[in-house]
Amino acid sequence: MSKTMLEVKGLTTKYVTRFHEDVYAVDHVSLKIEQGKSLGIAGESGCGKSTLALSLMGYYFPPLHYMSGDIIVDGKNISGMDPDDVRKNVLGTEIAYIPQAAMNALNPTRKIHKFIEDVILAHDPKANKKDIYEMAKGRFAELGLPLEALDKHAVELSGGMKQRVVIAISTILKPKVLIADEPSSALDVTSQKMVIKMLRDMMDRGFIQAMIFITHELPLLYNVTDDIMVMYAGQIVERGSAKQMVFDPVHPYSRGLMNSILVPEEGTRDVKLTAIPGTPPNLKRPPAGCRFAERCRYAQPACRYNQMPIIDFEDGRTYRCGISVPELREIYRKEDEANAAQPTEAPTDGPVRLTKGV
Amino acid sequence: MKNTLRQVFHSSKFVVGFVIFVAILVTMFVYPLINPGNPLEMIGVGTFARPGTYVSLYDATKTPTETFRLADADDKRLASQLSAEDRVAMVEWFTAAGIDVEGLDISDTDALLDMWRANYDASVKPKGMTNAKRNYYKRLNSAIEQVSAADTLIITDKDAETGELVEQGRVTKTDYVNVGQVTNVKTLPLGTDNFGRDVLKELVSAAGTSIVIGLLAGLVATLIGLTLGLLSGYVGGFVDDIIVFITNLFTVIPGFVLLILISYSIGQEQRGAAVVALVIGLTSWTWTCRSVRSQVISLRNRDHVNLSKLSGHSLVRIILTDILPYIASYVVMAFILQVSSGILAEAQLSLLGLGPKTTEVPTLGLMMNWAMLYSAHTNGSWWAYFPVILTITLISFSLNLMNTGLDQVFNPTLRD
Amino acid sequence: MSETKAIRRDLTNAPSCLKGEGVTRYFHTGKITTKAVDHVDFDFHEGELVSIVGESGSGKTTLSKMLLGLLKETDGKIYFQGKPRDISSRAKLKEYWSGIQAIFQDPFSSFNTFNKIDTVLLDCINMRGGKHLPMEKKTEMMTEACSFVNLKFAELTNKYPFELSGGQMQRLMIARIFLLKPKILLADEPTSMIDACSRATILDMLLQLRDEIGMTVIFITHDIGLAYYISDSIYIMEHGKFVESGPADEVILNPQAPYTKRLISDVPKIHEPWDLSTVG
Repeated sequence: MSKTMLEVKGLTTKYVTRFHEDVYAVDHVSLKIEQGKSLGIAGESGCGKSTLALSLMGYYFPPLHYMSGDIIVDGKNISGMDPDDVRKNVLGTEIAYIPQAAMNALNPTRKIHKFIEDVILAHDPKANKKDIYEMAKGRFAELGLPLEALDKHAVELSGGMKQRVVIAISTILKPKVLIADEPSSALDVTSQKMVIKMLRDMMDRGFIQAMIFITHELPLLYNVTDDIMVMYAGQIVERGSAKQMVFDPVHPYSRGLMNSILVPEEGTRDVKLTAIPGTPPNLKRPPAGCRFAERCRYAQPACRYNQMPIIDFEDGRTYRCGISVPELREIYRKEDEANAAQPTEAPTDGPVRLTKGV
Repeated sequence: MKNTLRQVFHSSKFVVGFVIFVAILVTMFVYPLINPGNPLEMIGVGTFARPGTYVSLYDATKTPTETFRLADADDKRLASQLSAEDRVAMVEWFTAAGIDVEGLDISDTDALLDMWRANYDASVKPKGMTNAKRNYYKRLNSAIEQVSAADTLIITDKDAETGELVEQGRVTKTDYVNVGQVTNVKTLPLGTDNFGRDVLKELVSAAGTSIVIGLLAGLVATLIGLTLGLLSGYVGGFVDDIIVFITNLFTVIPGFVLLILISYSIGQEQRGAAVVALVIGLTSWTWTCRSVRSQVISLRNRDHVNLSKLSGHSLVRIILTDILPYIASYVVMAFILQVSSGILAEAQLSLLGLGPKTTEVPTLGLMMNWAMLYSAHTNGSWWAYFPVILTITLISFSLNLMNTGLDQVFNPTLRD
Repeated sequence: MSETKAIRRDLTNAPSCLKGEGVTRYFHTGKITTKAVDHVDFDFHEGELVSIVGESGSGKTTLSKMLLGLLKETDGKIYFQGKPRDISSRAKLKEYWSGIQAIFQDPFSSFNTFNKIDTVLLDCINMRGGKHLPMEKKTEMMTEACSFVNLKFAELTNKYPFELSGGQMQRLMIARIFLLKPKILLADEPTSMIDACSRATILDMLLQLRDEIGMTVIFITHDIGLAYYISDSIYIMEHGKFVESGPADEVILNPQAPYTKRLISDVPKIHEPWDLSTVG
């Protein structure tokens, strides 16, 4: 068993709105990532996945507030640390964070190598500028980035290149964990592929020890991370390996999500696209029972009142549902059979199926 | 709409500004009811009467008296009659006569007089003191003694036939009259100005006029700016080019210089309050126009406008229903600022003597102008200008506060 | 063939609905000329679901605005139902807009937030000449349109658009189309701002519009997987030009143009391996 790089236990954070209402966007999230592994977080907008990314850094500023739980990076607990302390001793060396718009964060009046100088000097004020430049050159070469980029301004680089450069800058100190929040969503598909390739490369070369990758694009997640975790309304609803999650999801919400995957390859036209009716609950007043019960087609009365614990059911797989795994699988098997055998009319209110030819 | 208003009144800044402004407005309407009359009526013959309550001396002598023996009456009388120069002179005498004045506080009348009575001797001739100076001290000493002595003032009247003086009454130091019983008493909370006019009455009337000028100027500026901005932003093309050209022209020429030139060329006689307001409005619409234009340009490409076009709506209808409501909050805020700057512009113009003609209505700017012309600021008549400055400040402060409050409601930021 | 999926139809022989020859649009900023759309030819048939696929900056939005008549073309000819399109006057433009309508990407900015939902729908009835119908008839029509998109009119009446979720707003946009019943519906990324699990609903409704009303649907998207899933035919757009077009299966499963090949290979897939070695 390899070393645990990042362990999160019962992390709860909240937002305080302008009207002083609390929004619990991350609610008792626990997760573990081992050295050399990557974890993908999927979910629809507003499920708390970006808030989780911010919360994992341990760097809190209003309106985000820390409530409870532990964040342990390579054996060191960073939760509850002073924000200044976090900025100096955690960000960059232990954890690095890349948001979607990272590429727009570069000051256009400075050259790229200046940013690298800033990062290194902030942690080692005695470092020699020449050494830094040489080191940056070495790192860029290893990552396959053009060396000329170091002496350019951000505006001279394309969007994809900028994003890769930002990733290189933020991981220059070899952080243990990289948190990437939709790092490639604003890019075209070719640049996206380059970003992914570089992230993979960095994992292989040990520039980063573990990675959390957040996106709403499931096919991308499937191709990038080892494990996938699905979040719904601030909670984890299921976790498993990428393959298991895409081809054998257990939680009804994960299944709905996985059924919405459309890729340009043979067989896509045979996919039965299903929709989940309704909208996610308001996190100012989360429901007492299962948060998905309102929209779940298999929900039983008890689901609405009983708190759902997260359950381990196979090696490394967990889910949060009131129905047992064999029961769920049986339901899904019957559904698939029925669908294959007999086309159903689209119900007026409920899962809607793409139907009808001429 | 209701919801928006509720939100607006949740903003403490807006509420504070609104309360101040409404208080000023209420004063404007209520005060003339309490104290009616022409605000430009010159009640005083002299200039710059101090704020306070004035009692008619003539009526006071005819008012029934009461006798009070107040122990400190003499001392108070002396204290009020001994000027600061006298006190300094007394200390000078002590020093010249070689008397130790260590620890003597010249504002302590009792101690000063005790020392004076104990030590003053007209026969002493301190070295280097001129005769004139010595005579001054003699007069000072007799004045002090007179005040202390029992004294009676006799009021006489000249007999028309014989030319003899006939005693009409006596006033002793222990006579007191009740102010409430005196027939003519005038309270001037802010005194009078250089023309002997009641400053408070004038101020209330001036604040009203200035606010009306501000509102009118703001309305004119906002209407012109809004119309041109909407046309320029939405129609675009040639119309936009022309409007932008005109706007730039107005921006390049400093607005205040333009304002001065126009006001000057109109001439004093033609400049009523409304004309001045119009002139201010006509020279200050440019920035409303520019910002409305930029907002409209960003709105023009919103999908709901495209959709409205696809629904075949006319240009006027799109502007009125799909563009205007989105910038309404902004226009209201701009209007408030325009009112505030209109009031200030009027004050500036009037201070330079280019304000409304002086014979009709007072304005805040005119009051400042008069105070300045008659050197109120150098002769210590603070009441002639300070309340005016305070009023201008309060009005523009309340308007700006309302604007900031509205800004917070309409452009909320997540991070406070 | 199972019916529980979008069925592709061969409509190459169907009458032409919207056709373009050498359609071009240039933008000038100072001395720089941007060729947003550069001499594109297309032919959309009646009842067809066509996708125009392109990445950001490919000119697909400019093209869609030209198709809608919101933007004048610099050059080229557009034929509407076989005849040259004439939108020279307001009346003719209005007439054209009764034949083509649109759904936009962002439901949140598609509505005038100051108008109630009823206003939006009543407007459509008025546009179809139903201005003088009795109120009961209008309500009936609005209720029908709402139930077509699985919304309940009784719950929506007197509400403002911002009280709805993004998915509901987009459905309301479709209800609007249902009332207008144009010949052509131009859907500009109608699902890109909507969560994956609500997407199916919107797609299903677009297909219903095509199947039940016989509308031609022009679907503009950057998502090639989605385009493949629902379209009859696909046009691939790059830098203002169509680099490849044809029936969906042919374009996606057997791409010819290098750009199409690259696009398809760069999109992450599920069953086929995603080859990272193709990029530098």
